[in-house]
Amino acid sequence: MNLDFTPEELAFRDEVRGFVRSHLPRELSLKVIEHKRLSKDDYLVWQRILHGRGWSAPSWPRAFGGPGWNAVQRHIFDEECAAAGAPPIIAFGVYMVGPVIIAFGSPAQQAKYLPRILSSEDWWCQGYSEPGSGSDLASLKTRAERRGDTYVVNGQKTWTTLAQYADMMFCLVRTGAGGKKQEGISFLLIDMRSPGVSVRPIITLDGEHEVNEVWLENVEVPVENLVGEEGRGWTYAKFLLSHERSGIAGVSRSKRELAWLKHIAASETDGGHRLIDNPRFRDKISRVEIELMALEITNLRVLAAEREGKPPGAEASILKIKGTEIQQSLTELMMEAVGPYALPHLPLSWGDHWLGEHVGPAYAAPLAARYFNYRKVSIYGGSNEIQRNIVAQQILGL
Amino acid sequence: MDFDFTQEQLLLQDSVRKFLEKNYDFDTRREIVAARQGFGPMAWQGLASLGLLGVNVPESHGGFGGGGVETMIVMEAFGRHLVVEPWVASAVMGTSCIVTAGTDDQRNYLLPLMASGEMKLACAFLEPGGRYDLSRVATTARLEGGFWHISGSKAVVVHGAVADLLIVSARTAGQPGDAEGISLFFVNPGEEGVEGREFPLYDGTRAVEASFHDVRVSSDSLIGVQDQGLPLVELVVDRAIAALCAEAVGCMQALMERTTEYLKTRQQFGVPIGRFQALQHRMVDMLVHTEQARSMAMLAALRVESPDAAQRRKAVSAAKELIGRAGRFVGQQAVQLHGGMGMTEELDVGHYVKRLQAIDTQFGDADWHLDRFVAAEAAAPLPDFSRPRSKWKKL
Repeated sequence: MNLDFTPEELAFRDEVRGFVRSHLPRELSLKVIEHKRLSKDDYLVWQRILHGRGWSAPSWPRAFGGPGWNAVQRHIFDEECAAAGAPPIIAFGVYMVGPVIIAFGSPAQQAKYLPRILSSEDWWCQGYSEPGSGSDLASLKTRAERRGDTYVVNGQKTWTTLAQYADMMFCLVRTGAGGKKQEGISFLLIDMRSPGVSVRPIITLDGEHEVNEVWLENVEVPVENLVGEEGRGWTYAKFLLSHERSGIAGVSRSKRELAWLKHIAASETDGGHRLIDNPRFRDKISRVEIELMALEITNLRVLAAEREGKPPGAEASILKIKGTEIQQSLTELMMEAVGPYALPHLPLSWGDHWLGEHVGPAYAAPLAARYFNYRKVSIYGGSNEIQRNIVAQQILGL
Repeated sequence: MDFDFTQEQLLLQDSVRKFLEKNYDFDTRREIVAARQGFGPMAWQGLASLGLLGVNVPESHGGFGGGGVETMIVMEAFGRHLVVEPWVASAVMGTSCIVTAGTDDQRNYLLPLMASGEMKLACAFLEPGGRYDLSRVATTARLEGGFWHISGSKAVVVHGAVADLLIVSARTAGQPGDAEGISLFFVNPGEEGVEGREFPLYDGTRAVEASFHDVRVSSDSLIGVQDQGLPLVELVVDRAIAALCAEAVGCMQALMERTTEYLKTRQQFGVPIGRFQALQHRMVDMLVHTEQARSMAMLAALRVESPDAAQRRKAVSAAKELIGRAGRFVGQQAVQLHGGMGMTEELDVGHYVKRLQAIDTQFGDADWHLDRFVAAEAAAPLPDFSRPRSKWKKL
């Protein structure tokens, strides 16, 4: 038993570190570290830099243009990127639909879509949730009717993250009736430019536009855009949810956020002393830090098992629960750290082209919005209560 | 990076588990506690004959040559069986004291006797009024006429009454609270001037309040370097803490198994109570705490071997802090989910809960270790976000 990387893994880490250091634009990393609003281009710039190195889809096998890394190498890559302040890889193409197309797509779908995911030509979004189907996803009502060589899709998707940027959507639709609700669901790939697709913003409580409603009205989708078999969509959706879950803990990013929290707490003063030396606040930081130390090991335990060919099952739910609790605590503490300067609400000040002056320290500007925004993490991707149901059933056998 | 055990470690795990399954069931343990001897002579000899008393003794002295990981393996099994034997006192603390700082004579004489079970050691480090502070040593030792004369009191010396030899921290210079001026001594509890009041702890182990009235010990009773004993005390206590962390994980694991089983079998309102989501989610939270605790016990087991004392301190205190809280949560909820049955003396559940609580209190509770963690952290430089721009490629 040891926590050290092997010499090969260390060499790999140095290679990744060297690449990230020399290729990640400084301005971009500062935006990430300081919680500035990232534009579509910000994500794409980094994604294309990675693509130039063959690293844009860390979890993909070589045969499909990925680097063929094992779980530990992927973890090292995540660590290095997060520590340096790289924008996160947008998951929808690389981590979600990509692996589904690799596993269940036709050769034609693989040839058409995978290279465009690698090169970021297509921005994907996820058409899962509906107004009446959140945690009970399998109750979804969006219908796809087969008419000759096309499906005609009608329905409404919601909470569709960054659909405003999307070229394509992978979508769960109902193609059959009767039987169990999990049956009769199919997995369709929909061009967002198709007539009948409309995207309407949902503004969240932080004032930002991140999620959308997507309306589908008589949208014609060619049958060759069906992934796998009709009626097997639920199986693919579950595969997608179980794929690449170890990153779900968000340990690497939380480590960077913890460092930023300490930086803020050391810059703030409280009664003439650094806030970080206020025992009451310091204790809160340290408790999160200790939880994060433990989660890092828990995550590594899952990774080590994954490296030996044991795919993470319900363990991923444990990582999700604890990981999101830690992420939320960090945003909460950052907001607390800046005291009254958490209050001013100047959304333009954390975007591009802000020429005005900050009210209070620049790092304070986005912290309250970020705290409100991060309430989402215990809801999305299967709420933490759903995760607890999964663990209760699959690990505890209750 | 791997979390696998070596062949030897797997064998060790197997042998300690089998031994306890055969020889240390809950009824046997109950008899050992009721006998008020402070240990089970049969069990202790059994552990000796399996070589388990020499896990931390170097191979050169006939031991297993183990360290943090081997200790973790043994202690996790001990936790599951609520073992009350003085293994931590003697085979971890006493042994590592001698292995780390003992003279050749002390090692050659004591280690084989300890490994064979003929001699048990206990450490008397804490004092009344000193809480968990290892530097609050008011007990004095002065050299006079070729002998050390020791006077003072020691608090809650766990397994002190069964010890054949005590390791006592005493001040040879400075004031209580000073880091310097502490020295360690072997003291034979049969020596004139040693008094002890023996009592049970709520978890079934036994301890003594010890006092020393001008106790005379020979000059070769000093362990390690005079006046420089504190780092050794801290190292030995950190090893004990790492051991207790693993024991706590064993206790939590046992509680998880018993509680899950209870939720599946106990029927109310015509269904097993495990069907109720409120209880399911509580159990999942217990599992999350247990897995986080397991991770920290591993971290402590590995880092306690670190030559970097700051790294060791930080990891051990982080582990003790998290496990103190996790153990309390898992224990409290295990009682709650067992309902009235969880309150009974008859069921083992309450005994695990009491042991977990005692573990939190021993060698510093969660708050105390949070403080120590912060102190270790404060010594480290803060993250630097002001890297020079020139190193970065422009957009």
